[in-house]
Amino acid sequence: MKIHIKNGHLIDPKNGIDAKQDIYIAAGKIAAIGNAPEGFVANQTIDATNLVIIPGLVDLSARLREPGFEHKATLESEMLAAAAGGVTSLACPPDTDPVLDEPGLVEMLKHRAKQLNQAHVYPLGALTHQLAGKEITEMCELSEAGCVGFSQADVTIKDTQVLWRAMQYAATFGFTVWLRPEEPYLAKDGVAHDGEVAARLGLKGIPTAAETLAIASILRIAKETGAKVHLCRLSTSEGVEMVRSAKKAGQQVTCDVSANHLHLTDFDIGYFNANTHLKPPVRSQRDKTALSNGLADGTIDAICSDHTPVDDDAKLYPFAEAEAGATGLELLLPLTLKWAEENKLKLSDAVKHITQAPANILGVEAGDLSVNASADICVFDPNQYWKVEAKALLSQGKNTPFLGLELAGKVKYTLVNGHVVHG
Amino acid sequence: MLNPQLNDDSELKHLLSIEGLPKRILNQILDTAESFAGVAEREVKKVPLLRGKTVCNLFFENSTRTRTTFEIAAKRLSADVITLNVSTSSQSKGETILDTIDNLTAMHTDMFVVRHAQSGAAHMIAKHVAPHISVINAGDGSHAHPTQGLLDVFTIRKHKPEMHNLRVAIVGDVLHSRVARSEIHALTTLGVPEVRVIAPKTLLPQDVEKLGVHVYHDMNEGLKDVDVVMMLRLQNERMAGAMLPSAQEYFKIYGLTSEKLALAKPDAIVMHPGPMNRGVEIDSAVADGTQSVILPQVTYGIAVRMAVMSILAGN
Repeated sequence: MKIHIKNGHLIDPKNGIDAKQDIYIAAGKIAAIGNAPEGFVANQTIDATNLVIIPGLVDLSARLREPGFEHKATLESEMLAAAAGGVTSLACPPDTDPVLDEPGLVEMLKHRAKQLNQAHVYPLGALTHQLAGKEITEMCELSEAGCVGFSQADVTIKDTQVLWRAMQYAATFGFTVWLRPEEPYLAKDGVAHDGEVAARLGLKGIPTAAETLAIASILRIAKETGAKVHLCRLSTSEGVEMVRSAKKAGQQVTCDVSANHLHLTDFDIGYFNANTHLKPPVRSQRDKTALSNGLADGTIDAICSDHTPVDDDAKLYPFAEAEAGATGLELLLPLTLKWAEENKLKLSDAVKHITQAPANILGVEAGDLSVNASADICVFDPNQYWKVEAKALLSQGKNTPFLGLELAGKVKYTLVNGHVVHG
Repeated sequence: MLNPQLNDDSELKHLLSIEGLPKRILNQILDTAESFAGVAEREVKKVPLLRGKTVCNLFFENSTRTRTTFEIAAKRLSADVITLNVSTSSQSKGETILDTIDNLTAMHTDMFVVRHAQSGAAHMIAKHVAPHISVINAGDGSHAHPTQGLLDVFTIRKHKPEMHNLRVAIVGDVLHSRVARSEIHALTTLGVPEVRVIAPKTLLPQDVEKLGVHVYHDMNEGLKDVDVVMMLRLQNERMAGAMLPSAQEYFKIYGLTSEKLALAKPDAIVMHPGPMNRGVEIDSAVADGTQSVILPQVTYGIAVRMAVMSILAGN
């Protein structure tokens, strides 16, 4: 199968391309950029006039809900959502049921995903057995089965000795440890940023210190043990500043922010909108600005969707009892474009955070349009607006704080390994 | 964002929180309550304003005073009243709140009075019900207890009509108190120039000053020259954790005694939403003393709730 995508504006941050260029695909790989290889005859030509061509998106956190939570979403539904969102590689956290703490489960998930022949799925293995924070998992076996890193999902390891050992062991083999920094006692029962809005609404707050204390201990232990850490879903201004200092001091640390947190503050909770119940909580305007600045200056490496499909029933409870999470795979691109526009950034500078940068964190070959790279490509219309509503989303989860909003950026074609999976 | 409490004509549709209600509507409720205050003195304690309407008191959390006064208020307005303690029925069988609401709606309920342990429950129900149904929040988590806030300002207005010239202190567990939040919004909306909160830091929400109050940790400073002292109930479970060391220490520092009350203006009034913990937040000598208006508060509660129900039925 040979595909020629013509007349599009091509952006590839890794190779520094930001120009009108054609792209030629053969045998699942990128055969050439600009001029056709000799004797290239396309089976399919895609006219990308007025469209933008970028590497397929790499999402650092997408819950596919399999195994165990098929009533919330299935691999089939969420892989279609990924394709519709232009996402061609995704990392999934281990908080499935059963937890991804055994090689057999990881192999099964990889196998199921591969059969669907859509986005590349990169599982994160559990760092501790059952995510219980007591015994470390067989990281080498899990790595051989396909895990690209080890994570605790939303569960914190309370015992710092276990955290220390887990990082030591991961460091021995060069595995990256993915942790969402949240001190569990300070965050206990909390559902909102501990500030004015929580005070008004009578919601239990999660103080900023829950994040900063956790970052401090994680960074310290990582430094002592030599572990590579990836901090997931920063939410506070102070947290961004801590990572900035650590990076300046030469520590091996990366971090991400969810697309939700780039756009929302605690005031968006409004009158108890359960769709804004997220982990970590959306915080103040000051925090939002700091996250945005941190992303722009490279302190924060990547934007993820934090895709967490929740079934409708689970949101029909008062705010604190409603299940946390929002669907996100189909919003990652438009929310990134919106962030770029609001901050007057070049498209290529924004696209980097959802392609090249997350691919580097995962340590996989993805997120660029180099010749001979796997042809994972997203072609979108930057000027087409679409309304976020249940019927417009392919994900089984229809809950997002952005319901009703019109967003610019509609994915027209998604290619994985040179196959059109959407469009 | 549209105010979910108001209809298209900017009149009261649901009573969910004091926050966001215009002064005009607060005064309308208080003035209407004034006219109902006399109903209880009549031989026939009834007016026919809600005849043919069905009011459902839906209590997902226990209550005696609030439930009873709502029930009496609805009956004095000639409504048919059903009172359900849901904590002991459907919820234990796994039915969700909204399922319960749907079932009661099918029985042609016109008005729901709801109490729930979670903040936001009343808002969620108001969003869900059919357009002809009104919802009154009778207390949701730590968020709001608007009729209590209203009856408190009604009581203040009775004793201190010059609201724009008052200094009010709210003492105790503001962090967990829906009553405190509703009182603060009612007082600031009605133009009370100085509202103080007095409590240890463990019992105050983060950024509480953004609600428009002055923060004190010392009773002697906080009570100085106030016209109104509003005490809050201290739940026993607050003693279990790390919020407070003991009831004895709390009473010693924040309990209202005659000595501390002497710092307020000589004609200051003392209020408490009930139920009181005598000897924990308030001394019996003060609770039963001449400056106490705690029992009139309960009486006014009926008139205020009648006012709210009749206004909602009229809109």
